[in-house]
Amino acid sequence: MRRAYFKNNWVAALVVTPQLLIIFIFFYWPTSQALYWAFTLEQPWGGGNEWVGFENFRYLLSDDRYWHSVWVSVVYAVCTTALAMGMALILALFADRQLRGYKGVRIGLIWPYAVAAPAIGLAFRFIFNPSAGVASYLNYAFPDFWNPVMNGDHALTMVIIAGAWKQVSYSFIFFLAGLQSIPRSLTEASAMDGARVMRRMWDIQLPLITPTVFFLVIINLTDSFTDSFGIVSTMTSGGPARATNLMVYKIYEDGFRGLDYSGAAAQSIILMLLVVALTFFQFKYVERRVHYS
Amino acid sequence: MIERTPILNIVTHTILFTGLAILVVPIYLVIVAASQTLPDVMAIPAKLLPGDQLIVNLKAAWVEAEFATKFTNTLILATGVVVGKLVLAALTAFGIVFFDHRLRMPIFWMVFITLMLPLEVRIVPTYAVAANALSPFQSILDVTGISWLINATTGVEVALNWNLLNSYTGLIMPLVATATGTFLYRQFFLTIPDELVEAAKMDGAGPLRFLREILIPLSVTNMAALATIMFVVGWNQYLWPLLIITDPAYGVAAVELSRLVPNMNTTGGDIPNWHWAMAGTLIVMLPPVAVVILMQRWFVRGLINTDK
Amino acid sequence: MAEISIRDVRKSYGKDEVVHGVDLAIYDGEFVVIIGPSGCGKSTLLRMIAGLEAISSGEIAIGGKVVNDLEPRERGCAMVFQNYALYPHMSVAGNIGYALKVARMKRAERDAKVAEVARSVGLDEFLDRKPGQLSGGQRQRVAMARAIIREPEVFLFDEPLSNLDAKLRVQMRHEIRRIHNRIGATSVFVTHDQHEGMTLADRMVIMNKGTIEQIGTPEEVYDHPASVYVAGFIGSPSMNFLAGTVEAGVAAIRLGNDGRIDIAAERAKALDGKLVQIGLRPENLSMVAPGAGAITGHFEFAEELGSGRLYHFQFEDLTLTVLSADKHSFQPGQEVGLTADPVHVHIFDGATGARLDTLEPMRRRASLEVAQ
Repeated sequence: MRRAYFKNNWVAALVVTPQLLIIFIFFYWPTSQALYWAFTLEQPWGGGNEWVGFENFRYLLSDDRYWHSVWVSVVYAVCTTALAMGMALILALFADRQLRGYKGVRIGLIWPYAVAAPAIGLAFRFIFNPSAGVASYLNYAFPDFWNPVMNGDHALTMVIIAGAWKQVSYSFIFFLAGLQSIPRSLTEASAMDGARVMRRMWDIQLPLITPTVFFLVIINLTDSFTDSFGIVSTMTSGGPARATNLMVYKIYEDGFRGLDYSGAAAQSIILMLLVVALTFFQFKYVERRVHYS
Repeated sequence: MIERTPILNIVTHTILFTGLAILVVPIYLVIVAASQTLPDVMAIPAKLLPGDQLIVNLKAAWVEAEFATKFTNTLILATGVVVGKLVLAALTAFGIVFFDHRLRMPIFWMVFITLMLPLEVRIVPTYAVAANALSPFQSILDVTGISWLINATTGVEVALNWNLLNSYTGLIMPLVATATGTFLYRQFFLTIPDELVEAAKMDGAGPLRFLREILIPLSVTNMAALATIMFVVGWNQYLWPLLIITDPAYGVAAVELSRLVPNMNTTGGDIPNWHWAMAGTLIVMLPPVAVVILMQRWFVRGLINTDK
Repeated sequence: MAEISIRDVRKSYGKDEVVHGVDLAIYDGEFVVIIGPSGCGKSTLLRMIAGLEAISSGEIAIGGKVVNDLEPRERGCAMVFQNYALYPHMSVAGNIGYALKVARMKRAERDAKVAEVARSVGLDEFLDRKPGQLSGGQRQRVAMARAIIREPEVFLFDEPLSNLDAKLRVQMRHEIRRIHNRIGATSVFVTHDQHEGMTLADRMVIMNKGTIEQIGTPEEVYDHPASVYVAGFIGSPSMNFLAGTVEAGVAAIRLGNDGRIDIAAERAKALDGKLVQIGLRPENLSMVAPGAGAITGHFEFAEELGSGRLYHFQFEDLTLTVLSADKHSFQPGQEVGLTADPVHVHIFDGATGARLDTLEPMRRRASLEVAQ
């Protein structure tokens, strides 16, 4: 721990005030507002909000549409995380062999991180468009083989693929960094011990990047729950028939289209709890990771 | 290391090439569509080779979506987020790391908690705040009775109002209100040896001078890393601008892009102008991708050290 | 039989050549220490023997078989790394037995072998621990056990003791030598520490800037350093060097303005008029009355070593050190005569730094034969 400090606490107050002010206005206040709204109901004829306790939550949790949204979000989160991380891990393991062309491969696997969600959404919406592009071949051969505009499962699949595409680079960067932080002498020692490339991946590299795997599972799940709006909004608008109505999108729809602030706030609180739970889980694990090494 | 693994090398190259292809092919198809006429785009079977309409379509998309204005706005947004983060995060981290006061850990945790909840999950109330950024203070005054007191004593009705909808401030501020960056700086500041602080004190440098002349110059690489990440994040904003900007003069590129293809449920079967939309997609994705490729080293370092 | 033969081996990274044509023959069962300052190419040479680095040109053969293109696992070498390179996620038993597991030895057989080797290095109580729970010395033992269990023909050590504290280092040094004597595998040990080199080696290889300066038994290297470089590197406190000119007429080397070191007449005759560097070990210099010695030094200060003292003298613009068991109390600036036994005067070429002659006929030839 640091022992040399500056003593002038006025300066300290001065330098931290701007950020504290901003997070108060744009973070703590809205978050507390969400709580307030979640437990109150706006009076139809004005006159402030009425305290309704858990009524909003009770209503929400008895709504099949909400549970459907939760289910779709979980499917989306699990599938994008699994797809993106699986692909990223395999690519990172092999890229880390640093054969010829390594630098080109690396940049080629990193840049998609920078593509905006709406751009990804539009691109994949076009590519999976049933009446043009690649999918049209399949539909030509087998009519109605692929139609995300009408078929909810197809739409969800399409959104998952776009979401996974968006996440691959992020996981790849972390996996590669994790692999490269393994001391080279460990790889060399196992090579001297007779282990060949694949064996080393399995026995040495994979076990040693498990902390990165856990970290990425949490980050990717959190991201899939919270950061999916751009893709859904540009690809399906939650449709068809709410098949891709992810939680974040539903909050937006209910809050800004339906003007149901209390309902949206209650949904926000539930999503917040979910995210906080995931983060908490991660911290528990990170603690152990420190002990581990 | 000496390794004779000819087959595995081929496998390695194949896997990596497949991965690259999965990431590149969608963008290739975008480029193809952006370089064709609409009938070509919709032709069955599809034409998978680029046409000659790329420039035409890029121009059309540029005009159609008013990207001249939107790019300026997006640039202002991204720059605002970058500068805001760089400055605020540095100041806060400085205050947390180099001063020993009772509020140090509470402030640390207050800032830290903001990492947990992204803007998307508190979007509705944040929007309400943006409609009147002074509403928190108004509420506090109302609840504590100060408004009433002022009204009773001076006859002035207390009505604080600062509308941030349709403004750059409104676009930028909520995006700055998280702890990304503060942690990057904090971790770096914690590696600054005590001796450096002591030496600065011996030389008679005050805290602000120490910050300006020692810490900031030492943080340049961290700042470059943070700036790269924040530029990409700022440029790619979608939900927040979609909500608070209704005046086209303040519109940003990503939102405008989505307007190039009308919503499925409302088109009534019209074929969207895919060729323009794909050209627009290319235009919008280009700047952040270029930044990431050019600033690859900083970008990777920033991403890993901020833990997002 | 696992003799190692290295012929004209070079290593370059891009245009940068770091090992410039090394020739070295290591006999079966020999303990060879490669020693030199950091960046001299000693670790690179070791890693080329291990197969961890490809060689740029030349040839390496182990047990008569050229291994240039063989993978590390095919060379029959075991290595102890500087930072031990223990697998942090495996237990001590897992670390020691990993090579056998890779070689698909049966579980029961493997466990028995691990237990046996662990006992031989005193680790039997720690088999279930993770490396993170071990002390530095214990980790070092695990690294040793991991190498031993494979019964390799060649042991490679890459500065394995440099992370240990001084006391433990000496203890582990003895242990390594004991293990070598017991197993009898060919051992190549890289270090920058001359004490380790002198005490462990059958033969030492002194490297500098990517080339070998001298190969020889510790005694040879100490008594007959082949160059100024070796003479300065080996020996502590280090050798004094003085520039001078040989004068056959007086059978001496003239140093500076009024210094003079006598040498045998025939040696002086052979080198008449030559500019030379002479090397004098601190323990070969003795202190006499002012004017009586070969040169006169001005006393500066003395360092107490316990078993003796190291006296520092100023001679013209040089500092000379003298190691003596005698306890003198000189005043700073006091003039003291310094003299050297002609037998112990090392003479090197003033321009190239190469040794110009041997002090005495190679009466230590026998030691080489022993090594062979």
